[in-house]
Amino acid sequence: MKHKIKYFFLILVLSVSTFDIIAQRFPAPEFEGDYKIPQTQISKVQPVFFEYLDIAVFLATLSVITWVIIKKRSRKAVFWISVFSLLYFGFYRNGCICPVGSLQNVSMALFHPEYTIPVTAIIFFIAPLGFTLFFGRTFCAGVCPLGAIQDIIALRPVSLKPWIRYVFGLIPFIYLGLAVLYAATGTDFIICRYDPFVEFFRHSGSSLIFGIGGILLVTGIFVARPYCRFFCPYGVLLNLVSRVSRRHLSIANGKCVNCRLCESACPFDAIDKPTGLESKKDNRGLVKKMMIYGLITPVLILVTGWSVSRFHGELAHVNFKVRLAEEMMTIDKNINNATLPDEIKAFQSSGSVVENLYREAASIVYRFYVGSWILGGFIGLVFGLTLARLTIFRYRDEYLTNKGNCYSCVRCVPYCPIK
Amino acid sequence: MKEKTKFNRRDFINTGLRIGIGAGLGLIGVGLSTRSVNGKTTWQIDPAKCIQCGKCTTECVLQTSAVKCVHVTDMCGYCDLCSGYLKQGSKELNTAAENRLCPTNAIVRTFVEEPYFEYKIVEELCIACGKCVKNCGAFGNGSLQLQIQQQLCLNCNQCSIARNCPSQAITRVDTDSPYSLKGFKDLKIGG
Repeated sequence: MKHKIKYFFLILVLSVSTFDIIAQRFPAPEFEGDYKIPQTQISKVQPVFFEYLDIAVFLATLSVITWVIIKKRSRKAVFWISVFSLLYFGFYRNGCICPVGSLQNVSMALFHPEYTIPVTAIIFFIAPLGFTLFFGRTFCAGVCPLGAIQDIIALRPVSLKPWIRYVFGLIPFIYLGLAVLYAATGTDFIICRYDPFVEFFRHSGSSLIFGIGGILLVTGIFVARPYCRFFCPYGVLLNLVSRVSRRHLSIANGKCVNCRLCESACPFDAIDKPTGLESKKDNRGLVKKMMIYGLITPVLILVTGWSVSRFHGELAHVNFKVRLAEEMMTIDKNINNATLPDEIKAFQSSGSVVENLYREAASIVYRFYVGSWILGGFIGLVFGLTLARLTIFRYRDEYLTNKGNCYSCVRCVPYCPIK
Repeated sequence: MKEKTKFNRRDFINTGLRIGIGAGLGLIGVGLSTRSVNGKTTWQIDPAKCIQCGKCTTECVLQTSAVKCVHVTDMCGYCDLCSGYLKQGSKELNTAAENRLCPTNAIVRTFVEEPYFEYKIVEELCIACGKCVKNCGAFGNGSLQLQIQQQLCLNCNQCSIARNCPSQAITRVDTDSPYSLKGFKDLKIGG
């Protein structure tokens, strides 16, 4: 009997609640004429087929350019492939999704089990790294639309001093660390937000980013590929992976005669010159320096880790929930409701419990605290290793492409007399 | 030729690292693909959370927002005194321009039969300010709702409106049900 009453009430409650949803203030009219209610205007989603087409075109372009670079060694072909990538992935597909941004999808998916990552993002993240592992940075050469737009306009490249390259070369590591931190905490995708060229592809966007993109493009005429070299966070991964690549574009295929013709061919300063026998003398001092830097590095990691973790509050402030919780704590209870910010009004009308919000925000801030320690430590490690790398001496008797920094653009090959 | 096939220490380390990185990439790929979705997801507004703040007008990366007012015709009361069409407290309830709520005149009304009127959204003119949506929700049936029109949406990796939405009403949804219109049962996807 008791159960029956229970069920009765349950049914009553359910029927009342469904009634609530359907109930309308003004019931739909019953027309006397032959008027028919028109269909609601909503547009279809672009079929999933196009996503798979993107993946197919992406993998095909990557394979073709790799073959062209490693086997054909033709600069012309690389140029036209990069024009194609710029038009297709850039202007036609609006530059989204690109492998540079996909690293955020991957780090978000790794830390948030509830986030469903699209297959496209996984493949766009892994395929270029896989190709780089075997053939060098062929992806950068002409498949990446961001790289292609800069490569095409690099008309009057100048050579940069090594210390500029080393110092500014640290920025991508910091950018990568920040991007992973923000994606892993589910806060924001900063790479996509500050993507300088995607607004050119879309023909619309904020004027600030347009400005940054414009400055980068103008700079790019003289300093080749400024975004790739001094900002691109995905380039960091490609650079590291490329160093152990199985094969790589080489200038003379091991038959270098030191004719010096290729010396200034590279717009990215990625050709390593022969060292000469003399420079091998001071080896002992270098080993000593290296040991000192090796000892300094752990200290550096702790110092930078500690100092970045001081700013975890500021870093966490970008997160919406953290900001909302802070606003909720500081609002004046007596203040007129109409003047409250929209997000507080929305939160109050949603009927959520404020304590839950505080708890959630606190856990996000804690994640930022841990994350900022790791980010700081990572930056310290990069600083330390960059210093230590300066002391590594590697004897070379020929002109070689620097496997890490080389974008495999094949500009140097036509200069080489050995075919 | 023999010189080349010699296996030195650096080659050994490189091969080791290469296998390691390759295995890592494979693990990430396999691990993530087990809980990935086929194809893609799309952005959509939950009308139950939307507070019609008007940020959709300004925050979309497109010059004219991909968010549009959608008229759920099944829910419409076909009222003469439509609160989404006319300004509140108009002195004379005619349909002249000064009485209309929509700033871009994107709602067109046509007479059906006494006393019913049909309302239609001209999508090209709609700027997603949400004024009509707010009023229809407050005084009418709530048949006007803000939705992302999927044909217009560029499906950015991170939706710029979602980041700025004060009620966090924009989330990724499955492409099988790309619209989250509230209050009616079977939705036919029309053109």
